Amino acid sequence: MSEAARWTTIFWGAGGYDPSQLLQLFWHFAVLSLLAVGGAMTTAPDMHRFVVNQHGWLTDGQFAASVALAQAAPGPNVMFVAVIGFNVAGLAGAAATLVGTLLPSTTLALAVARWGRRNGQSRGLRAFNTGMAPLTIGLLLATGWVLLRPSGGQWAALALAGATVTLMMQTKISPVWLMAAGAVVGMLGWV
Amino acid sequence: MSPPAPSPLALFWAFTHLALQGFGGVLPVAQRELVERRQWVSREDFLSLLALAQVLPGPNVINLALIIGDRFAGTRGAVAALAGILGAPLLLVLVLAVAVQQVQHWPLVHAALRGMGVVAAGLVIATALKLAKGLRGNALGPALCALLVAGGAVGVALLHWPLVAVVLGLGGAACVWAWLRVDRKGADA
Repeated sequence: MSEAARWTTIFWGAGGYDPSQLLQLFWHFAVLSLLAVGGAMTTAPDMHRFVVNQHGWLTDGQFAASVALAQAAPGPNVMFVAVIGFNVAGLAGAAATLVGTLLPSTTLALAVARWGRRNGQSRGLRAFNTGMAPLTIGLLLATGWVLLRPSGGQWAALALAGATVTLMMQTKISPVWLMAAGAVVGMLGWV
Repeated sequence: MSPPAPSPLALFWAFTHLALQGFGGVLPVAQRELVERRQWVSREDFLSLLALAQVLPGPNVINLALIIGDRFAGTRGAVAALAGILGAPLLLVLVLAVAVQQVQHWPLVHAALRGMGVVAAGLVIATALKLAKGLRGNALGPALCALLVAGGAVGVALLHWPLVAVVLGLGGAACVWAWLRVDRKGADA
């Protein structure tokens, strides 16, 4: 690959500059943004259908690798959206998917948060907080379960997850070190 | 809840700092940094804000940053918190995406990612268990709280109920019940 082609791929993707593709990416991810009631990861199957099945912009393997890569890097999980955009259409694609994903939901979140603060002591909002708090914890446990599923319930994986929970509950150790230990355990082939 | 409100710049650095520690999800770090270390919000407050951030569409931790930033320093605070939690991680992940394209066929890379995924699961579970301590004093009472925690976890993880149904159905019912309980408690106080 020539140096010029390499930079074209980084900025615009393997297909080169394609404004209509960028617009399609932005629009589809913007619509999904308002459907992401349980966080961006719940809309990943729809992103897969659009990017892989409908347009063939990525293969199954490229899509899965995009999600895994984002989870291995520091930062919010929503970064997987930017990696998908990057692998479809370079840095321009990453901007299209990330801005599309964030713009509608952040605008709504800001408006609702302000309404909630003005009515902070209202019976309705207190009831909402009281009722939703236990469910929030249940959904976090469900997320943990979903993240454990790829390991197929093997005892070494359960032990590693259990050790992580214990250390996080009992010590002030930074999660970074636990992730590093997880990488080593993985490379040793134990999980 | 009485420490001075952080400035937009302080919000930017705080969210940059916690975002860069958040391997496999920022939520566990956010809880530790904002509640335990900086003590900007109480555990009960954090749980309330998190409930709001999770029910609103969009990435939970992004909504959380936005709401906390806005609460302390208005629109500038919200933008600063958002820039903090997104900026550096975005730069890093894009650099990584380019780099990994060169080595994606290495088996060791896949093996490391598998191990890190297991640890990420442990981090999320630990966050849930820590937040559960904030349920003490919840107007629904311990039995109903336990039922809702189990219902949400089992419904989504094992029975694959759609999240919208869980939030609107289970959560809605809990809110209606809480609406009655909260009033009664308020009348007593």
